[in-house]
Amino acid sequence: MTEFEDYLANQLLAGIQTTIVLFVGCAVVGNLLAIPIALARLSSRRWVRYPADAFALAFRGTPLLVQLYLCYYGVGQILAGIPTIRYSMMWPLLRGASCYAFFVLSLNTAAYCSEIWRGAIRSIPEGQREAGQSLGLSKTRIMISVLLPQAFRLALPAIGGQNILLLKGTALASTITVFELMGAANLVRAQTFRVYEPLFAAALGYFLLAVLVTTGFGYFERRLARRY
Amino acid sequence: MNPTVSWLTLLSFGDKGWGDELLFGACLSLGIAISAYLVGLALGLIGAVAKISKSRVGRATAGAYTTIIRSVPDILIIFLIYYSATDALRWVVGFTGLTSEFQLNGFVAATLSLGVVQGGYSTEVLRGAIVAIPKGQIEAAHALGLTRRQTFFLVTLPQMIPLALPGLGNLWLVVLKESSLVSLIGFTELVLAGKMAAGATHDYFVFYCAIAFVFLVMSGMSAMLFQGLEAATANPGRRK
Repeated sequence: MTEFEDYLANQLLAGIQTTIVLFVGCAVVGNLLAIPIALARLSSRRWVRYPADAFALAFRGTPLLVQLYLCYYGVGQILAGIPTIRYSMMWPLLRGASCYAFFVLSLNTAAYCSEIWRGAIRSIPEGQREAGQSLGLSKTRIMISVLLPQAFRLALPAIGGQNILLLKGTALASTITVFELMGAANLVRAQTFRVYEPLFAAALGYFLLAVLVTTGFGYFERRLARRY
Repeated sequence: MNPTVSWLTLLSFGDKGWGDELLFGACLSLGIAISAYLVGLALGLIGAVAKISKSRVGRATAGAYTTIIRSVPDILIIFLIYYSATDALRWVVGFTGLTSEFQLNGFVAATLSLGVVQGGYSTEVLRGAIVAIPKGQIEAAHALGLTRRQTFFLVTLPQMIPLALPGLGNLWLVVLKESSLVSLIGFTELVLAGKMAAGATHDYFVFYCAIAFVFLVMSGMSAMLFQGLEAATANPGRRK
């Protein structure tokens, strides 16, 4: 291997680790947050439904890039202006871009997935709920044991697609100085003035990760289908 | 941050405010989004036809295209197309010996790169709509003696539109938001205009909130428009 290839491989390997950590963390938090948000959006109480709807609207109606900028530069600037935060133990964490990227990507995924869950829960026949009621199950029990498992099967393909979008979204974290795969490619590009090698290598990295995630979700879907 | 300057002044029009720059940027964002959407639809139509064609090469090419677009980050594809298109054009222009210094027009470059990404998504939506048209329609067209081209443009395409409309609405919302990505290849649309304003005044929060709000209004209005279109085109001339 030439010196350049060696350097490129080292940088990209360092970057892909951050990408994987960011992706897994955001996928777990985002997908778990999506369910309570979807339930809140389906609630009959207005003061529960409206804030959840507003949250989903705000994250689904604006570009991810703007959300990242707003959070990192905008909110970050305000936080830096508050002395109690500026001189607290949390500051080293809040100073870096990673925590903002993690925050925004998780909430973004939660907003999109909550829409998927909401559609899935609503498309379950009303008879399922009525059957649960006639068995004397409580409302919570009906939701947990009757509606959510069936909704999960309906929602899984779309959730898989959304997680691929999250993986692609992590590439934007490089714009707020998070050093992940895309950031590594950009660094090599800026330092060596070679455009195509780092970009193609990064594309290959994302492609492989996407194949991995798709295969994982496909396996999960087949396992779930076998149980019925 | 300068607390003496209120955010209303910052967003106003004229010399002191950045409202006119932002408005111009918003118009460019819309322009980029619309032209990329059209490029994407054209590419998507070609891709969809290739995907259901009998030609093996056509199917393989279209399949590879959509797979790559779906699994590689859009910003990476935009960078790659931007650089390769610029280099290719520079090479062609240099070959003809017209000029050695050649710069691709920013609007064209942004449209092209965003359009290619959008084409991958459009392919899937349009393919789904073509497949959903009953086979009997095509057979009836053949029985009437229409050529294959006539069948496609007179029978398949008009029936596709109401079927594809929800997907096309989603695609428009996607491309509207993705138009923000061309700020990263240096095209001064809404996001980059706002970024410059924020950098000059150090009022990051105000400007990014304003950008987010403009996008929210644009996508909200588009969503309403498409809902109206869907209601208007629901089952035209088809018995329920």
